[in-house]
Amino acid sequence: MSILVNKDTRVVFQGITGEYGSLHAKACLAYGTKIVAGVTPGRGGQKFEDKVPVFNTVAEAVKAEGADVSCIFVPPVGAADAICEAVDAGVKLVICITEGIPVLDMVKARRYIENKDVRLIGPNCPGVITPDECKIGIMPGAIHKKGPIGVLSRSGTLTYEAVGQLSALGIGQSTCIGLGGDPVAGMDFIDVLDLFNKDPETEAVIMIGEIGGNAEQRAAAWIKANMKKPVVGFIAGRAAPPGKRMGHAGAIIAGGKGTAAEKIAALEEAGVKVAPTPADMGTTLVAAWKR
Amino acid sequence: MKIHEYQAKQIFARYGIPVPKGQPAFSVAEVGPIAERLIAETGNPVVVVKAQIHAGGRGKGGGVKVAKGGAAEATAIADKMLGMQLVTKQTGPAGQKVRRLYVEQGLDIARELYLAALIDRDTRRIAIIASTEGGMDIEQVAHDTPEKILTVSVDPVLGLAQFQVRQLAFALGITGKDSMKAFAKALDGIYKAFVAEDCSLLEINPLVVTKTGEVVALDAKVTFDDNADVRHKEWAELRDTDEEDPVELEAKKHGLSYVSLDGDIGCLVNGAGLAMATMDIILQHGGSPANFLDVGGGATKEQVTQAFRMILRSDKVKGIFVNIFGGIMRCDVVAAGVVAAAKELGLKVPLVVRLEGTNVDLGRKILDESGIAIQSASSMGDGAAKIVAATRKSA
Repeated sequence: MSILVNKDTRVVFQGITGEYGSLHAKACLAYGTKIVAGVTPGRGGQKFEDKVPVFNTVAEAVKAEGADVSCIFVPPVGAADAICEAVDAGVKLVICITEGIPVLDMVKARRYIENKDVRLIGPNCPGVITPDECKIGIMPGAIHKKGPIGVLSRSGTLTYEAVGQLSALGIGQSTCIGLGGDPVAGMDFIDVLDLFNKDPETEAVIMIGEIGGNAEQRAAAWIKANMKKPVVGFIAGRAAPPGKRMGHAGAIIAGGKGTAAEKIAALEEAGVKVAPTPADMGTTLVAAWKR
Repeated sequence: MKIHEYQAKQIFARYGIPVPKGQPAFSVAEVGPIAERLIAETGNPVVVVKAQIHAGGRGKGGGVKVAKGGAAEATAIADKMLGMQLVTKQTGPAGQKVRRLYVEQGLDIARELYLAALIDRDTRRIAIIASTEGGMDIEQVAHDTPEKILTVSVDPVLGLAQFQVRQLAFALGITGKDSMKAFAKALDGIYKAFVAEDCSLLEINPLVVTKTGEVVALDAKVTFDDNADVRHKEWAELRDTDEEDPVELEAKKHGLSYVSLDGDIGCLVNGAGLAMATMDIILQHGGSPANFLDVGGGATKEQVTQAFRMILRSDKVKGIFVNIFGGIMRCDVVAAGVVAAAKELGLKVPLVVRLEGTNVDLGRKILDESGIAIQSASSMGDGAAKIVAATRKSA
């Protein structure tokens, strides 16, 4: 088993004919992901790569092809609307890769999905992968390996780093999830940890946080109260100066809050082993998991 | 993106948020006539001269001065203020040069309050924050006397509701029909401005109640959400590049994300998280990073070359660590960019490269055959150790 996506997942790609969308749709197809439909308004009736039908709206794509997950590669200004369109069409999971969505658009989109039976991952994230079954997003498929470790992270390449270290040690992953680097996003650490906690095939978890906000502190409190499996952590940004946005819109120490030290302390207090350096995520996991 | 106080107040005025009368000045000569006009229009002999820099804490640093002696005194103040290096707790020890002034009418202040609108990451909504402790450092107030702060969370469907306006007014001790009405109007403007202008922060500290019961924004701090710049062409005119780090500006122009730091090891990384982690691991090996640099997910050879150029421009850089985990980013593209830059710029400092991921073998081959002195690293820990050792040796 795994969480969120598996070999039966039927995916619709919004923005499939765009430069970025088509590049990654091809890579996901090559990995074996069941992309059953694409959406590009005005391109309805075409075929992507001679096999994936393209529709004008997500509603049509869901109705015709039974897609249950949407992956969004729509440019920033239209991306929040694309999230709402996918939710309206009835998919159960929306994965938004787009970086640079205006934050107030995301405030509205978040409000729209409240109390609805749907999950949102991202935006500004690498996506979700269940190795050997389903890759939805922009991560390099080849570094992954099937196995018992759940990985979740606010950063893209740092997730690859963790996965690379695990695979090099011969340890596979159940599902890897990028939560994204934006201040207003979908699922947070707690939402995903809860799923890993309930997933019989996930034996331990690596969570990778960064400076800014307090999602890691809230996750630490939740772990202490609920988590039954070993969790290993890493927080990026010990060397980051306050008040400077470090690439990600959400990675900023504001008003002295959201520092790496604060987050590391909260995680350690909750019994999470925090990797001393980013090069030690894999070995720290092994130590905590095998104990 | 930050703007100046006077620019923020011009926006406030368009949304019906009361602000004192005032006018910006770019030379000392302009200050006297502005002061005279304000004194004549308001009947109040007091004017205030305020340094316009983006950093906060101007008052304590000597960037806000009251002139009670008319236009002559205002001019004398301006003469000292314009061109000074204003040091505040937010500028760092070097301070920021004052290039613009704002001359404003004086007010008879009865009470100083605090009011701000911002994006609350926990509730994922706009929050309005109010406190009776105006003019103070709000983070200090939140720490020492949290009961003196009221936060309301705005439902984007409903907008700012009347009951919330009343909650905020009572919390701030605003009573009396006229004051209440004036406050409601100001608050309505604040919310509308925040949404329509795509702000990420709108802060008024202090919001004052005058002795005649008016509610006026005495200061104004506005930060725009950079992600929304495509729908705000007018921001280009509000931007003051003198207030921004020239290297960071140039990086942005090339689609790179760059932040200058104090250390001496230049970093070139793909992805924000890995870029931060690279700084961290350099620090943990006893070195000190000179910058944060994320070349992004799909950088071209030209972008990598440009990134290199920017790192090398600083003479404090004693070595460079390239740390790439190629996903979308292909290692051969990075390698080609590194080689092109090193040849173009003449590499005089140690260079350590760690490549992993897509097309890694091809990338390593390009580096090996380039004839450039490059130390390759097998992991990011190995790379950090090597670059720290190499820079220590050359120091």
